[in-house]
Amino acid sequence: MNGAQDLGGMMGFGPVVAEPDEPMFHGDWEKRALGVTLACGGLGLWSIDESRHARESLPPPVYLTLSYYAIWTRGLTTLLERHGLVGADELAAGQSLRPAPSTPRPVVTAPAMAAALARGGTCRREPAGPARFAPGDRVRTLNLHPTGHTRLPRYARGRTGFIEAVHGAFVFPDSNAHGVGEDPHWCYGVVFTGTELWGAGADPTLSVCVDCWEPYLELAA
Amino acid sequence: MSLRIRALESILTEKGLIDPAALDVVVETYETRIGPRNGARVVAKAWTDPAYRARLAADATAAIAELGYGGRQGEDMRVVENTPEQHNLVVCTLCSCYPWPVLGLPPVWYKSAPYRSRAVIDPRGVLADFGVSVPETTRIRVWDSTAELRYLVLPMRPEGTEGWSEEQLAALVTRDSMIGTGLALPAGTAA
Repeated sequence: MNGAQDLGGMMGFGPVVAEPDEPMFHGDWEKRALGVTLACGGLGLWSIDESRHARESLPPPVYLTLSYYAIWTRGLTTLLERHGLVGADELAAGQSLRPAPSTPRPVVTAPAMAAALARGGTCRREPAGPARFAPGDRVRTLNLHPTGHTRLPRYARGRTGFIEAVHGAFVFPDSNAHGVGEDPHWCYGVVFTGTELWGAGADPTLSVCVDCWEPYLELAA
Repeated sequence: MSLRIRALESILTEKGLIDPAALDVVVETYETRIGPRNGARVVAKAWTDPAYRARLAADATAAIAELGYGGRQGEDMRVVENTPEQHNLVVCTLCSCYPWPVLGLPPVWYKSAPYRSRAVIDPRGVLADFGVSVPETTRIRVWDSTAELRYLVLPMRPEGTEGWSEEQLAALVTRDSMIGTGLALPAGTAA
């Protein structure tokens, strides 16, 4: 979706300001926001793609004014309500008003969390067929504007670049975010010149690599 | 938002859907065990061991796992090497993708609108914000982490560090140098 998360190329946010001696967390609530998000994700009710989409679905004025863990907390609230784990009435009451529904995976215990962080969970999958593109191929990204989740940023739509890397097949976020299955597709490192993306005034030494799934691409003439 | 998350945690705990001890594991892991010193070890080893550097280029995930690092948000790693000809900069314009096993959790600026918006259109301007200048003759390659690949920059080894141990070298490797918004520290700054 053309949401506020798709920031590449926007202007007016000012300089990047790094905080000296930045703490890992700004307050205890950020620790809880991260921990609760990961623990709830472990229940198996939604994918990382659905959770990203929940965050980017915040209205732009909200997304752009919240801190990152606040965005996560808002996104988590959406997911908990959507999947029936916490109701708006419970949030208003500040307490549980009904028993928890059953979940695909058990509650994440401390040892299970440690194991899950150490193991991770790759989104790489067996490809259904051969890759359509090879390194060096000139490709054009489609001019797509889906209302759902996508990982093709606006600045890289309808642009011509070349395949630099064939990464393998990965879960396709555009499908997986909407609960219709993993739908794996080949994923490629596609390189665009700065001038292709930003026009004649661009830094002539710039190139940008965008990782693109096959459904985003067509062979360029 | 602190009230909201506290309410969610308490309701979820009451329902038996989360175990607060598991939350503590997350915090403890990234506060004390996993952070940019991991990445610095990878870089220092690459600087001293050409065979390791070749393995990093061929299969970064496996080479990083040799040092015991891997897991969440580092399942499919790529290492991109800075040279006099090319400087690399990593961003996630769409969210906050970052290689947790080697760098830990991202700093606020990495997730912020100023960085995510400008890194792909004005990387030299972003570098200037960090007090970093890259020669005009050096190409800039920006890596937008739009998929599940996670990128680690292998910065250039500082001059005057011939014969240094991996441990000494690792002390010169900053977090920012592995994102591309910094360079490795010069040899004279070593303690």
